[in-house]
Amino acid sequence: MKKFIDAPSEVLADALKGVAAAHPELAVDFADRVVARANPKPGKVALISGGGSGHEPLHSGFVGPGMLDAACAGEVFTSPTPDQMLAAAQAVSTGAGALFIVKNYTGDVLNFEMAAELAEAEGIAVKTVLVADDVAVEDSTWTAGRRGVGTTVFVEKIAGAAAEEGADLDAVHAVATRVSENGRSMGVALTSATLPSVGKPSFDLPEDEIEMGVGIHGEPGRTRAPLTSASEIAETLVSAILADHDFTGAPVIAMLSGLGGTPLIELYLMYGAVASLLEQRGVTVARVLVGDYITSLDMAGCSLTLLRADDEMLRLWDAPVSTAALRWGV
Amino acid sequence: MAGSDDGRLTVDDLVAWMFRFDERIAAEADRLTALDSAIGDADHGTNIARGTGAVRKRLADAPPDDAGALLKSSGMALVSTVGGASGSLYGTLFLEMAKSVGPTPELDTAGLADAFRAGVAGVVARGRAEPGDKTMVDALQPAAEALSAAAEGGRPIVESLREAAAAAALGRDATIPLVARKGRASYLGERSADHLDPGATSAAILVQALADARSERIG
Repeated sequence: MKKFIDAPSEVLADALKGVAAAHPELAVDFADRVVARANPKPGKVALISGGGSGHEPLHSGFVGPGMLDAACAGEVFTSPTPDQMLAAAQAVSTGAGALFIVKNYTGDVLNFEMAAELAEAEGIAVKTVLVADDVAVEDSTWTAGRRGVGTTVFVEKIAGAAAEEGADLDAVHAVATRVSENGRSMGVALTSATLPSVGKPSFDLPEDEIEMGVGIHGEPGRTRAPLTSASEIAETLVSAILADHDFTGAPVIAMLSGLGGTPLIELYLMYGAVASLLEQRGVTVARVLVGDYITSLDMAGCSLTLLRADDEMLRLWDAPVSTAALRWGV
Repeated sequence: MAGSDDGRLTVDDLVAWMFRFDERIAAEADRLTALDSAIGDADHGTNIARGTGAVRKRLADAPPDDAGALLKSSGMALVSTVGGASGSLYGTLFLEMAKSVGPTPELDTAGLADAFRAGVAGVVARGRAEPGDKTMVDALQPAAEALSAAAEGGRPIVESLREAAAAAALGRDATIPLVARKGRASYLGERSADHLDPGATSAAILVQALADARSERIG
């Protein structure tokens, strides 16, 4: 496996140097591995997220006006630590409190929980929204619960717009929770992912097989299936999501995200198949993102996310945003 | 008193424990990562090794004066460098042990047993994992019980630690047939069975490292 690396253990640190060089509007704290808005808006609820690296542009690509105030970068596929989250909260909170946006993985949950305790002890009011939208995890009673995937992007955008408008912590938390509860995702992998520090794929996936319901950390998925046509794969993703939540009778925001190793032409091909299936089943798509938004290093594959939106969510979705990976209305 | 089983665990013994833990983890890192690759996300060895290395450096740079300070310093180093669930859980184990022992220069078997039990209770509370969920608790809980039983039976510390290490190893091996109910392996459902749990494996190394470090002092 060939990768752009100077030193395997320094991949994250070196990538952050690039983020700082490319985006002077962001403040990069190299010691704490926090990417933040250089000039936090006074009196605004601070939105803080973070997670393991390897999912770029999530989360640092979504830091900026209209979205996140700070993102904590963990090692590849590893949660960041409480001291990083506390540093982020101290850097960007301006007295209106902080919302932690946490993807439901044991490490992220435990570390953000410790961080919330530390931040509260420093006098920063913290509320947390947990994203657990992956319908591939069927038995959430006997597992760590559903994983947080694509809906995270929707939470960060919509709650970010609400905070930018001046909503208080309770109101930002409420809309973030509504988005989290109404989003569902399902992913499929054509190949495994290769961690820079390991140098070989996380799991073996033969040429003629795919992982249905894959997560974003190189862990295997719900089932292994024979490789089939794009339309049949789209059918499986759409059916799993629609079986889990009602997406009819409301405007829907859709995202077809690549997992890092799939060309855009294939993502558009997949979205074409998804769009016609959604139309057949009476789902009205109001807004769409197609591209790499939540990835898993170099994994080939895609993840479909649908959000059952409402007028307020749509208005906040359309509000101006100016980040490295999402930018409109400015 | 060096050279005999004085029944005590000194600050030097605890430092030796952490150094030994770091050596064993460094030696086993690739195996831990391979275990994690089968049912998790292929980073357990790398992450724990980064943390034990940080603990070693911190203890070498600023040797703490008492057992509580040492355990707290080690716990904070683990929390801030390991990341993931393991960092928070190993960190909690040490921070709760630190609270239990306080600023004491040395521990006896009973003091260590109390501290270890408090640490494991902290891990269970933070991670909400029960014995049998295929996690580090499956190695830690039997070790805590063995240590408490040994303390109650008035057994010497070296023997007590060997029993705790043996119990941790048995608990570790008992994770093989289990279906994971917590952590990333739980997403695999039945596919997580027939694999050794990487967290229970590193936890057994932790307990074995203490037994080894302390018995070496006897010579």
